[in-house]
Amino acid sequence: MAAAVSPALQKLTRPLEVIGSGVIDGLDDLGAVLMFFFRVMTRMFRPPFRMHVLFTQLEFVGVGSLFIVLLTGVFTGAVFTLQSVDAFARFSAQSLVGATVTLALARELAPVLTALMVAGRVGSAMATELGTMRVTEQIDAMEVMAVDPLGYLVAPRVFAGAFMVPLLTMLFIMVGVAGSYLVAVIFSGIDEGAYMARIERWLDPSDLFQGLSKALVFGTVVALIGCYKGFHAAGGARGVGQATTGAVVIGSIAIFVLNYFLTALWL
Amino acid sequence: MPTAIEVININKTFGKHHVLHGVTLTVEEGTTRVILGGSGSGKTVIMKHMIGLLKPDSGEVRVFGQNIVPLKQDALVEMRKSFGMVFQQAALFDSMSVFDNVAFPLVEGAQKVSKEDIKRRVEEKLSILGLGQAMQKFPSELSGGMRKRVGLARALVTEPKIVLYDEPTTGLDPITTDNVDQMILEAKQKFGVTSVVISHDIASALRVADRVAFLHEGTIVEDTSPAELRKSQHPFVKKFLSTWFDK
Repeated sequence: MAAAVSPALQKLTRPLEVIGSGVIDGLDDLGAVLMFFFRVMTRMFRPPFRMHVLFTQLEFVGVGSLFIVLLTGVFTGAVFTLQSVDAFARFSAQSLVGATVTLALARELAPVLTALMVAGRVGSAMATELGTMRVTEQIDAMEVMAVDPLGYLVAPRVFAGAFMVPLLTMLFIMVGVAGSYLVAVIFSGIDEGAYMARIERWLDPSDLFQGLSKALVFGTVVALIGCYKGFHAAGGARGVGQATTGAVVIGSIAIFVLNYFLTALWL
Repeated sequence: MPTAIEVININKTFGKHHVLHGVTLTVEEGTTRVILGGSGSGKTVIMKHMIGLLKPDSGEVRVFGQNIVPLKQDALVEMRKSFGMVFQQAALFDSMSVFDNVAFPLVEGAQKVSKEDIKRRVEEKLSILGLGQAMQKFPSELSGGMRKRVGLARALVTEPKIVLYDEPTTGLDPITTDNVDQMILEAKQKFGVTSVVISHDIASALRVADRVAFLHEGTIVEDTSPAELRKSQHPFVKKFLSTWFDK
């Protein structure tokens, strides 16, 4: 027979119980997402390959996000340069601005901000679309018609995220550097030769690979979480809303947490 | 007569809600089996077990002799090739036109069908159901009854061995209801299709059924022929049928 627990002890253990159950629930969810990812991966590399569905998703994730990513990129490069020019002027090192901004863009800012933009625009849309399909039995209907919804709906979306976010990141870096050049060379009068020479000297291809490898992981994770949340939505319009919010919030947190570990791996 | 579907002593609970209590049901090949019952009695849950969309907490579901409860996803996909299903709310893909919705199982399913054949079969099914003029419309542009008929066309277009109908006539006008009943009967007579119809439309159910099961609070309380059902002494069944007899 279990020993009776005094109320005082219960008060003490209650916070531990809450934390413990939160940790267990979190691990449970993580396990479920990983299982989902594994199931999606198996669908990605086996027929039928539905190219028309894949191209629709590539267009949605890539072309659809182009404007917002370019806009974010150019202003991020520009504002980071404004701050850097001001800071570096204090010890007369303005010629380092180009290299600093480009390095920061390639390694950190471009992959993280691109992924955040995609999480807001694409992750939420995926969760909403699949969530609506789930609560209106469209996914059930697909299963009944012997069409695997993971292969038809999820695999092309996750592939599109993994493929397009690195491409968008590259564009982010390009327009970010352009914005930086504009502010540094045209508006702030930093010597163009020194600006470009420092970039050439300090930037290494591995910096770009670091950023693109992060983008690959972020793109996969954002699409995966969006699809997972939508695919498991329940409870009508409210459930779809919760799935959408969850996709953006968890997707964004995942980007920041994973960014730390990926950076630690690279350095 | 060989058995198409056997539901053997299944129990199903959602959270604290015990929906099915030891339900046992047999559907013989080439017959139409109707499951009658009030709203929330568990009819749709039984149907979803028959096609493997839900797994029971205990019990077995056999399709052509094979227990489908332990089957993995790939095997379930294979098993479902024998099925068509008409959903209660039609479950049409809202990003596709009516034509594309009906063509979907032929285009994306396992059957290899030529484009010409797909066009012919889709147009034929839609015309029979009076939807010839709505082929290029989207589900959001259709009335509830039209959406239901598109769902019916989509379920029948692959010419499956078993068709599950979840409330096929709810919300339809009397003429369309009669057309749907005729389609269910013709599918049986012409193609030997086995049908399971879930309904609370008594008139329609008694018209198409070879055998009727009456579900009340997750339990089968009657399992009989349509003629015998009218003589049922079960209080809820009597009350349920009296609403129709009174009309």
